[in-house]
Amino acid sequence: MQRIGVFVCHCGSNIAATVDVKKVVEVIASEPGVVHAEDYQYMCSEAGQEKIAIAVREKKLTGIVVCSCSPRMHEATFRKAAERAGINPYMVEIANIREHCSWIHKDINEATEKAVILARAAVAKVNLNTPLTPGESRVTKRALVIGGGIAGIQTALDIADAGYKVDIVEKTPSIGGRMSQLDKTFPTLDCSACILTPKMVEAAAHENITIYTYSEVEKVSGFVGDFTVDIRKKARFIDADKCTGCGACQEKCPSKKTPSEFNRGLGTRTAIYTPFAQAIPNVPVIDTEACIKFKTGKCGLCQKICAAGAVDYTQKDEIVTEKYGAIVVATGFDTISLDKYDEYAYNQSPDVITSLELERVMNAAGPTHGHLERLSDGKAPKEIVFIQCVGSRCSDDRGKPYCSKICCMYTAKHAMLIRDKYPDVNVTVFYIDVRTPGKNFDEFYRRAVEQYGVNYVKGQVGKVIPQPNGKLLVQGSDLLDNKQILKEADMVVLATAIEPNKDVRKIATMLTASIDTNNFLTEAHAKLRPVESPTAGIFLSGVVQGPKDIPETVSQAGAAAVKVVGLLAKDKLMTNPCTAKADELLCNGCSSCANVCPYGAISYEDTLVNDHGIRETRRIAIVNSALCQGCGACTVACPSGAMDLQGFSNRQILSEVDAICR
Amino acid sequence: MSVNNEFRPKIVAFCCNWCSYAGADLAGSSRLAYPADVKIIRVPCSCRVNPMFILRAFEKGADGVIICGCHPGDCHYSTGNYYARRRMTLLFSMLDYIGVEKGRTRVEWVSAAEGVKFSDTMNDFVAKIKGLGENVRLGDLRCKN
Repeated sequence: MQRIGVFVCHCGSNIAATVDVKKVVEVIASEPGVVHAEDYQYMCSEAGQEKIAIAVREKKLTGIVVCSCSPRMHEATFRKAAERAGINPYMVEIANIREHCSWIHKDINEATEKAVILARAAVAKVNLNTPLTPGESRVTKRALVIGGGIAGIQTALDIADAGYKVDIVEKTPSIGGRMSQLDKTFPTLDCSACILTPKMVEAAAHENITIYTYSEVEKVSGFVGDFTVDIRKKARFIDADKCTGCGACQEKCPSKKTPSEFNRGLGTRTAIYTPFAQAIPNVPVIDTEACIKFKTGKCGLCQKICAAGAVDYTQKDEIVTEKYGAIVVATGFDTISLDKYDEYAYNQSPDVITSLELERVMNAAGPTHGHLERLSDGKAPKEIVFIQCVGSRCSDDRGKPYCSKICCMYTAKHAMLIRDKYPDVNVTVFYIDVRTPGKNFDEFYRRAVEQYGVNYVKGQVGKVIPQPNGKLLVQGSDLLDNKQILKEADMVVLATAIEPNKDVRKIATMLTASIDTNNFLTEAHAKLRPVESPTAGIFLSGVVQGPKDIPETVSQAGAAAVKVVGLLAKDKLMTNPCTAKADELLCNGCSSCANVCPYGAISYEDTLVNDHGIRETRRIAIVNSALCQGCGACTVACPSGAMDLQGFSNRQILSEVDAICR
Repeated sequence: MSVNNEFRPKIVAFCCNWCSYAGADLAGSSRLAYPADVKIIRVPCSCRVNPMFILRAFEKGADGVIICGCHPGDCHYSTGNYYARRRMTLLFSMLDYIGVEKGRTRVEWVSAAEGVKFSDTMNDFVAKIKGLGENVRLGDLRCKN
């Protein structure tokens, strides 16, 4: 029989206001195995942990139940406290009487009754707990960063500067990401390329960084400290070692009609191309769907013209397999599709564009060489309307429920830049709310209004109607003046909602990282562990975790890097001891368990067993505890009930069921 | 345990550690109420739930059992929730055959970000169980008060 101590936490008033903690102590004290029960204001405080230590010493406790917040919050705290007090950390169980009880119930009697039942279940479980010892696993001192935008670049640089090897895998032919598409950045109006390209160059030149562009992560196996990743390097059809980046092939390529992804489809590119002039690496790729050589077998002009002999039409995709200790997801965002927003006439008129498209229009390297002009007829616009929250803060399923966070600021930036360069252009912004929390952000927005005379109208736009004269009739409302507005515009710019990159779901599945309903990756704790995934060894950097601007992205990228470095600095990790184990007297070696194991952790060995005096050799399941992650699939598949999970054994869970149904 | 003679069902919820238990935590920290009749047991994965646990719960007087796991494709252990889904489909139809109505058993996918869904699911499940009344079919009469 265990000697169990039960410690009931008030959590200030968080628990004590709805659960009668004294009553819980009184009732639980008479449970079988309980030799000590007390309550305290804050069990997780130093004084609270000391109470546990004293009780362990004085009452010779062998097991501990803490009735407190979720085990996801403080299980580790109390396990450490138990270890310091001299008992095995796995002899601790938590009864979650805060998140699962006091916070969701109002009636004190009802909540107290439930808290007692949850405590009983935990006591029943601890009665059957056995001491467990974690194993050790090694740490591969190399990190992988998925995504080569500003988030991925910053994370990689910070990890590399700390002295660890890091690889960046980028899907497109160049690193740089969304930031490379921007013209200027708020609130300082820095030129985006001017502040980004030095970082790109630094990453490419860093001795600790390897960059795989035009590559994708294909397979991930393993676990924290010891991931094995297959990276598909897509065929560029260019020998990167030979290519000098002279650009002659791109000049001569006769296939020039493909919409440029980098310019958001507003300009065209050749079939052999680098996405933009400052691309890193400065090595082109051949788009086989556009290339005449690949389509018809004729042409081959780029190969003929290449003085370095770098063009190789026979190149094949290559799989690189590498081991990593940690993986950072920095896959960034895209703007949502506007197919469901017919009212804004985005698909009908070339003069209705998204804000990201406007970035390209305003950029000197963009499709209009930086001249503000209508894409339909090349004329200079005189009247521009910006529409905010297109698909953001949306209550129906056409858009996203969240605020995209960056739109208010970049629209103020666009409006300001346009008014600065073209003072004769009128700029009107339709908004629901202007949200500018951030350092120097509200000052920036006020400059747009007060200094640059941008006309802000509180209200939504119902419809944009292309007119026969080429203009766009904007129907909106002015909520402050309580009137309808009809405005003829030359251009309409939509502040389109952002969403996580389309590939992120696939990547999350490979990494077994949690993802939310909006496809943002879930953090381990919304406030206290914002750059870690609940899956150990997986870290989050940039918009993949939630909408954020560049300064926030860079801060988070650095934070993720520190977490990675903290992991890589360790030589060994403790492994989870809650692994499966077969009872050799019950196992008949049928292989059912190995068939369902996702980790290949189960093998079979001929083992000499002593079955009640009968000595014989039997085929027995052996679990490799370094590979077993403790899911328990095998325990249910086992027809003879031989396989059990330590820490979550059949008897333990049944005892919880019994306690709850008592 | 009846208060004012109102039927208070006993409901056992098995929640996987990675998604649903965290979803229940989020429901808690967001103060999204659901009836106290629901008691949660934490398991590493929905695939850890042995049909035996469910039979035992009904035998001991539970009126409903719900299993919550990660959404298909999002399992922390890659495939665990698929096993759970298959096992439970079979088990629930067998239970239905012996008279434990389908409404008393349920599998739901609740992610760590779905506190609202967790609370909604529990409210709905409890309401359905209240509609079905006490489970008398599999209950061991010796377990009843």
